[in-house]
Amino acid sequence: MTVRTAEFVMAIVLSLCSIGLMIKSAELNIGWIEGRGPGSGAWPFWLATGMLICCLWTLWRWFRRITPESRNTSLYMSHQTMVIVGTSAGAILFLLAATHWIGLYASLVLFLLFYLKYVGRHTWVLTIVLTIGIPVFIFCLFEWALKIPLPKAITEPLFYPIYDLMYS
Amino acid sequence: MGETLGLLAGGLAQAFEPVNFSMIIIGCVLGLLVGAMPGLGSVNGVAILLPITFLVPPTAAIIFLAAIYYGAMYGGAISSITLGIPGASTAVATVFDGRPLAQAGKADKALTAAAMASFIGGTISVVLFTLFAPPLAEFALKFGPAEEFALMVLAFATFIGLGGDDIPKTIFSILIGLVLATIGLDIISGQPRLIFFDVSGFLHGINFLVLAIGIYGIGEMLWTLEQTKGEVTVHNVKLSMKEIIKDIKDVKEYIGTTSLGSTLGYFVGTLPAAGATPASLMSYGLAKTFSKQPETFGKGNVSGVAAPEAANNAASTGSMLPMITLGIPGSPTTAILLGGMIIWGLRPGPLLFTEHPEFVWGLIGSLYVANLATLLINLMFIPVFVKILTLPFTILAPTIYILCVVGGYAPTQTMHDVWLMFLFGVVGYLLRKLNYPVAPAVLAIVLGPLAERSLRQSLLSSQGDPMIFLERPISLVCILIAVALVLVPVYQKMKRKKNAEQSGQEA
Repeated sequence: MTVRTAEFVMAIVLSLCSIGLMIKSAELNIGWIEGRGPGSGAWPFWLATGMLICCLWTLWRWFRRITPESRNTSLYMSHQTMVIVGTSAGAILFLLAATHWIGLYASLVLFLLFYLKYVGRHTWVLTIVLTIGIPVFIFCLFEWALKIPLPKAITEPLFYPIYDLMYS
Repeated sequence: MGETLGLLAGGLAQAFEPVNFSMIIIGCVLGLLVGAMPGLGSVNGVAILLPITFLVPPTAAIIFLAAIYYGAMYGGAISSITLGIPGASTAVATVFDGRPLAQAGKADKALTAAAMASFIGGTISVVLFTLFAPPLAEFALKFGPAEEFALMVLAFATFIGLGGDDIPKTIFSILIGLVLATIGLDIISGQPRLIFFDVSGFLHGINFLVLAIGIYGIGEMLWTLEQTKGEVTVHNVKLSMKEIIKDIKDVKEYIGTTSLGSTLGYFVGTLPAAGATPASLMSYGLAKTFSKQPETFGKGNVSGVAAPEAANNAASTGSMLPMITLGIPGSPTTAILLGGMIIWGLRPGPLLFTEHPEFVWGLIGSLYVANLATLLINLMFIPVFVKILTLPFTILAPTIYILCVVGGYAPTQTMHDVWLMFLFGVVGYLLRKLNYPVAPAVLAIVLGPLAERSLRQSLLSSQGDPMIFLERPISLVCILIAVALVLVPVYQKMKRKKNAEQSGQEA
């Protein structure tokens, strides 16, 4: 897809999102309520209307080839960019999805193993040090110092001995 | 004046309290590191590290974040000079002469000049901040809801008029930020609003940090990976104490342009949307204009490094002025600081000076200390920071992603917010590739609830008559300036078109 096509597609998608927001806002009162002022939906409704106008304005500028992007016929995403950005985005997606099943810490270990060994091709020593060190640092900072428990899902029982040590 | 000095002395004493002082040192070091990393700047550091400030009291927390802000402004020069890649957009102008100096084997001279200029810029701007903040806050006490709303319109208008980005895309960015801020419970009636697909996670609204970390953490790293392809070349720097002292003595070469650039930077920094990047570019232009050897600029003139560095540091302090006194952030970083203050239970604005003077003066005092601390840390550890820059992206990137994920989870402790953060990061990256500015959205999500409240209160008091914004003098002035700012790019465009037509006819 070229940059020109991408700008068009993005403007259309954002226009649809704006219309969706207008409809959703209109589920609430978007008019004036006597003694209470504008209804709950009024502010988001008019903001979404403004968004739609901006999208239509962008589309008009695209059609007239005014924006630099509308004249740019190079690739929006080169193959190399797709690989670099896609690998990172895919790895984060896995990290988040896996957190629901095996908890954050186990997911972090897998995420770091993949990134450091497969993407970075670092030595096993460095990979293992960081794969263990970073989750331990996160645990100490958030669970111990900040008292913010991070999701552990099915791995929760593995942490009971550590909780005993922390809270005894 | 005497009263101000007394309060400042109290603030300085507070800055030297053990907790606050250690926050300054840690913040400066972290800020230097974050600022030095290519693609990462103060806004990324503050956004990613804000969740860990829940560990300390609000004063120490804001001091920590302000120190990161300062450190990052210093650190931006390190990667600009040694890698030729600006640590952030604020350090772009530093590359023009910093890189040629490094290539000529004078990286030490450029780095010392950047540190010294940052110190001069920081010092001048903090003094200006101390002088201007109390009277501005006193004046702002006269503001009612109509003036508050008009002021926010003015803040958004500066993004349109001075941001230099595509106008419809900038307005879209502002509006989407404001819409995201409306999700959750209506601030006045308490009614659930924009709860998409009945997902309960939307009921608590979208925390500004979710958007900020998404855009400035995940989105920024994706952008940097694309730009650098993960490959950078570092210029080695060998720096001894003797060389540092010799380089410091060269300060007389650029003290004049640096002082001028600092003053300019401070005032440009106070304008929302203008901020440190245009300030540094303007200061560079000014230094070149007043130089006796303008032809050497771009080829390794040390004033070309000093001028933008002084201005970007001064602008970072300048952007705190409207945040502290009016509750309107002057930059995306201060927008995040403002959001942090709201989380800590403080309401930024004029009342802060009367209700929490210890907080405000503690912050001002810490700015003085942070400025000096960053200079010393920077000069002592330049070779160490340069060494850290050789850290491969395949270690830096996953570390940042992990900090983003846990940072996005910490404030509300729901995975819903982490998913949203990821979505914002990816969408923000895709939008940025199409020249949609993302900073206005972050500013808007922070100001959104305040803007809506003041608008609805104003309309309620005027029985729905929007003329209230034009009938009150302060509000009228703000609206008129806002209109003028929006019309500036339109006028410039028409003028350019007319000039082009005229030159076409002459040809």
